[in-house]
Amino acid sequence: MEERKEFQNYTINFGPQHPAAHGVLRLLLELDGEVVERADPHIGLLHRGTEKLLEHKTYLQGVPYFDRLDYMSMMSEEHTWVLAVEKLMGIEAPPRAQYIRVIFAELTRMLNHLLFLGAHGLDVGAMTMFIYTFREREVIFDMYEAVCGARMHAAYFRPGGVARDLPEGLEEKIREFTEDFPSKLDEYEVLLTNNRIWKQRLVDVGIVTEQEALDWGFVGPMLRGSGVAYDLRKAEPYDAYDKVDFDIPVGKNGDCYDRYLVRIEELRQSCRIILQSLDQMEEGPVKYDDFKLSVPYQKDQETGMESLIHHFKHFSSGFDVPAGEIYLATESPKGEFGVYIVSTGGAKPYRVKIRAAGFNHLQATKHMLPGLMLTDVTTVIGTIDIVFGEIDR
Amino acid sequence: MIAEKLDNLEKLVGEKFPSLTIEKELEALVLRVSPDQLIETMTQLRDGPGLDFTMMIDLAGVHYPDRKEPFEVVYQLLSVKKNHRIRIKVSVDEETPVPSIISVWGCADWFEREAYDMFGIRFSGHPDLRRLLSEYDFEGHPLRKDFPLSGKIEMRYDEKLGRVVREPIDMSRNPREPFKRKDREPYPQTP
Repeated sequence: MEERKEFQNYTINFGPQHPAAHGVLRLLLELDGEVVERADPHIGLLHRGTEKLLEHKTYLQGVPYFDRLDYMSMMSEEHTWVLAVEKLMGIEAPPRAQYIRVIFAELTRMLNHLLFLGAHGLDVGAMTMFIYTFREREVIFDMYEAVCGARMHAAYFRPGGVARDLPEGLEEKIREFTEDFPSKLDEYEVLLTNNRIWKQRLVDVGIVTEQEALDWGFVGPMLRGSGVAYDLRKAEPYDAYDKVDFDIPVGKNGDCYDRYLVRIEELRQSCRIILQSLDQMEEGPVKYDDFKLSVPYQKDQETGMESLIHHFKHFSSGFDVPAGEIYLATESPKGEFGVYIVSTGGAKPYRVKIRAAGFNHLQATKHMLPGLMLTDVTTVIGTIDIVFGEIDR
Repeated sequence: MIAEKLDNLEKLVGEKFPSLTIEKELEALVLRVSPDQLIETMTQLRDGPGLDFTMMIDLAGVHYPDRKEPFEVVYQLLSVKKNHRIRIKVSVDEETPVPSIISVWGCADWFEREAYDMFGIRFSGHPDLRRLLSEYDFEGHPLRKDFPLSGKIEMRYDEKLGRVVREPIDMSRNPREPFKRKDREPYPQTP
């Protein structure tokens, strides 16, 4: 009998410079042949101390920091912060501002899901998807630019409303894009949904049962992919979400393919929400009318002394927020994105805790990965849709 | 509707835990628990009929240096079925550990590691209490109120030694002033 050579398990570093790791993930994988035995994600390589920095910034200065958390769904993150500050102050944005926020939150959802589709496709081997989805992302970035001047980090939502009204002609542009978008989605689906390779790589990979999803704190499409119909836009409606009609897609098997289908359907629902919001939206103010609490309009600052004083006050010392605590969450494209603010009065928060959706999803990889092949690791990381800005904070 | 729902939940929680104090804070229910009761309370909140808090959404540490028990651990629980939330608070001092709730919700793992990393709050019974977000050899707990915003240690490349060195930050220096690099030679002029 020839002597068999014993191989021991070996450990590899997946990342932090691996292109399929979606950023700076260091994943320690212990492999037995090609099967993953143990996975230990190391995070923190993008830790910027956002929570500490926010303690030293006024509430208005905090807004741009939220763009940079999940830098693939910028305005959704602002939305949480802005709503939480509004609730602490006890104010509410005027209806037009609420609709504008809903429209841009949904456009942001499209941005995020399009990146998910492109990057997930790229990871699994469907190169073309990346080019296709970035074609549509470019149009949405142009809308971002039209509304605030920046293509990514917008800082457009403000406590008490939005920074400025939509420029002329943008509403038509959004409508045109949204009406056309489902046909683009069909294009993607022709490429992916029934594609044999795509299905072989995704179906029955990374199955998460309902009980596991709840135990690991899954939210958003990851939770809905496992069959739990929970969406904060329905469960705790904020802004104008209670005035529009939409459905929550739910998966059945809880595998990567279901989560892909859920996200595709969410894109279609986003189109519905945007079109309804555009129909229902009326002319009106876009800022809370007490300018001690919200930044006055630009055009008033050119002529009115009072507005100028308010403006100076907002951008130097900031406005005071009453003492209190609040946890507020919104449905960001990746799931429940929450912020816990402790205010002791004054212009700066005492403590801010950011609850990122991807944080839970990534920590669950150490339960999801064992037993899978090395090639499936990229599929699972892709389906989580991780962005390290929000995980490391 | 929200107020009514909150009252119902308050009644339900009050019946279940008569010894605990319940507060209301901006449309949220806050339950104060002592560390030794924590795991039992959490298990009952998860499994109790009508409560159904199947998810732990968030765990946050807060540092109040002036209090006798300066650290507070704040849990946010969510019931997906009943669609209600509750906030649990535990106060401890630096020496007392908080019992780890990994046995109740698996996702508490990283949250507790983060709270340990950022505040130095200890969790007893945690299988793997390592630092999570900061460097592997980081010293101190950055989110404590006595930790300076600029940090305590800075890294720079020392041209004489030819390697990266770590030095304590000079707190007397104006942080907005750029570093002076005396030993650097001027850029060679192109002819």
